[in-house]
Amino acid sequence: MSILLIVPVAGPLLAAAVLLALPDRLLLRRVVALLATAAVIAVGVVLLVATSDGEVPVLRVGDWPPVVAITLAADPLSALLVTVSAMVVLACLVAAAGTGDDRKRAFLPLSMVLSAGAYGAYLTTDLFNLFVLVEVMLVPSYVLLALSGGPGRAGAGRVYIATSLLGSTILLAGVGLLYGVTGTVGLADLAGRAREVPAAAAAGGVVLLAFALKGALVPLHDWLPRAYPVASPVVVALFSGLLTKVGLYAIIRIYAVLYGGDPAYHPLLVAVALASMVIGVLGAIGVGSMRKVLAFHMVSQIGYVLLGLALFTAASLAAAIFYLAQYVLVKAALFLCAAVVAATRGTDRLSRLGGLASSSPLLALAFGVAALSLAGLPPFGGFLAKFLVLRAANEVGDWLVLTVAVLVSLVTLLSMLKIWGVAFWGEVPRAARERTARTGLALLGPPLALGGCALLLGPLGGPLLQVADDAAAGLLEPAGYVRAVSGR
Amino acid sequence: MSGPLIVGVLVAAGVFLLLRPGQLRLVLGFVLLGHAVNVLLLAAGGLHRREPPVDGGGAESADPLPQAFILTAIVITFGITVYLLRLLRRAARRGSRPPETWDGGPR
Repeated sequence: MSILLIVPVAGPLLAAAVLLALPDRLLLRRVVALLATAAVIAVGVVLLVATSDGEVPVLRVGDWPPVVAITLAADPLSALLVTVSAMVVLACLVAAAGTGDDRKRAFLPLSMVLSAGAYGAYLTTDLFNLFVLVEVMLVPSYVLLALSGGPGRAGAGRVYIATSLLGSTILLAGVGLLYGVTGTVGLADLAGRAREVPAAAAAGGVVLLAFALKGALVPLHDWLPRAYPVASPVVVALFSGLLTKVGLYAIIRIYAVLYGGDPAYHPLLVAVALASMVIGVLGAIGVGSMRKVLAFHMVSQIGYVLLGLALFTAASLAAAIFYLAQYVLVKAALFLCAAVVAATRGTDRLSRLGGLASSSPLLALAFGVAALSLAGLPPFGGFLAKFLVLRAANEVGDWLVLTVAVLVSLVTLLSMLKIWGVAFWGEVPRAARERTARTGLALLGPPLALGGCALLLGPLGGPLLQVADDAAAGLLEPAGYVRAVSGR
Repeated sequence: MSGPLIVGVLVAAGVFLLLRPGQLRLVLGFVLLGHAVNVLLLAAGGLHRREPPVDGGGAESADPLPQAFILTAIVITFGITVYLLRLLRRAARRGSRPPETWDGGPR
C-alpha cells in the first residue's frame, strides 16, 4: 500500500522525462501526460479509501532509517488534496489541448514537473523536503508564466519571480532557524514544540510568514492579482489549483502540528482571514477582465479557508477542508471558462465581451454553475462549504466573523453577476461577430465537468464531508500521524 | 559571533540591492540573500571546529545535515540565478522598451 505514495511524485517526473524524449509526437505526448495524471488520481482515491479508517501509510524512500530517509506519508488531508489537484491538472491538460497551449514544446513537461512538486509537497513529512518540493513546483511556474503570457508578461513575470524568490529565501531561513532551535526539521519530531519552546514558535513564525506570502494572504497578497492575469488562462487555471493551495496546506499543517493549534494565535489568524476576505472581494470590483476579477476572488476565498483554520474546532477544520477542496474545483472551472472565452473571442476584457449566453449556451451553463457555487448559493457545493464555515463560527459565537463572512458572500455574488451581465448577456460586439467561434469538446468539457462536480458536491457532498471530518480529526489530534511518521 | 555578523551584513547588502531600481541589482540582491541564508543554515548546525562526520566520528563530529541542506539550496539558487540572468539578457537584446505599467497593461 505505502509503496503507492511514490507514484504522485515519481510518476509525473518520469512522464516529464518521456515527454522531453518525444518532441514531435503531439498525440502521444498528450496521452503520456494524461495517463500520468490519471494514475495520480487513481492513487489519490486509493489513498483516500486507505486513510479513511485512521491508518497513515508511510513510505521511507529507499528504506533509509527515519532521520535520513525522504519520508512520504498520507493522511486524509494529503490524500484529498492530491486527488483534487490531480483532477484540476487533468482538466487543464484537456483544456490546453483545446486551446493549443500544449503545442509549445515546454508546456507539457513543465506542467508535469509542477504538478509533481505540488503532490510531493502535500505528501512530505519534512520541512526541508517541503522547501525543495515547493521549489520543484515554482521553477516550472516561472518558465510557464514567461512562456505563455500576453502583453506585459515580462513585467508581471519579474514581479512573480521576485516575490516567489523572496518567499523561498524566507522559507529556507525559517527552516534553518527551526533546525538551529530544535535540532530537527521532521514534522513528527516538531509536534507541539512551539508550545514548549518560545524560540521554536518564533522560528516557525518565519516559516509561516513565507507560506503566507506564497498563499497570497493579505497583506502579502499583492503579487497574485498582478502576476496571474498575464499568463494564458489555462496556465492560470493550473496555477490556481496548485500553487497558492500548497502555501495554504503548509500553513494548515504547520499550525496544527508544530503549534498544536495554540489558541494564543487565534486573534491574529482571524484578523488575517477577515482582511483577506474583505480586501480580495473589494479589489475584484475595480478591475476589468475576467481573469483579474477571478484572481482577486482567489485572495478572498483563501480567507474563508484560513478562517476555518483560525477557529480550530473540529467543525471549523472540517469546514475549512471541505471549503478548500470544493473551491479548488470551482476556481479551476471559472478560470477554464475564461480560457474558453479568451480562445473564442480573443480577449477576456469585460468591456469587449457580450452575448456569450446566446453564442455558447454550454459555456454559460458551466460558468453559471461555477459562479453561483463560488458565491455560495444553494444547492451548490459552495453553499454547503460556506454554511459549514458559518455554522462553525456561530458555535464559537463570533458575530463579527459571521457578519463579515455573509457580507463578503454577497459582494462575491454581485461580482459574479457583473461578469454574467456584461459578458454573457448584452449585445455581441461587432469585432466578435467576424470571429468564427469554435468551441470543441476539449475546450468546453473541462469547465463543464468541474462545474458538474461543484453542483454534485451540494446534494451529494456526504463522502467529501466524511473525508473532511476525518482530516479535521487528524489535525486536532496529530498523535496518530506523528506516531506513524516517526516510526515509534 | 562571526556567524550573526556575516548573516547581518549579507542580508543588509541584499535588501539594499533589492530596493534599488534595475534588474541586475535584483538578481545580485537575491544572490547575496541566498548566501546569507546558507551561512544561517551552517550556523544552525554549530560553527565551532569539530571532527569530520564520517564513520566513527563520535559525539564531537560536525553536523552533516545543515551541510546537506546548503548543498541543495546552492543548487536551487544557482539554477534560478541563471534563469533570471537569461530573462535579463532576453530583455536587453530586445533593446529599450517603453516603461511598463505595474502589470504591463491597462487596468
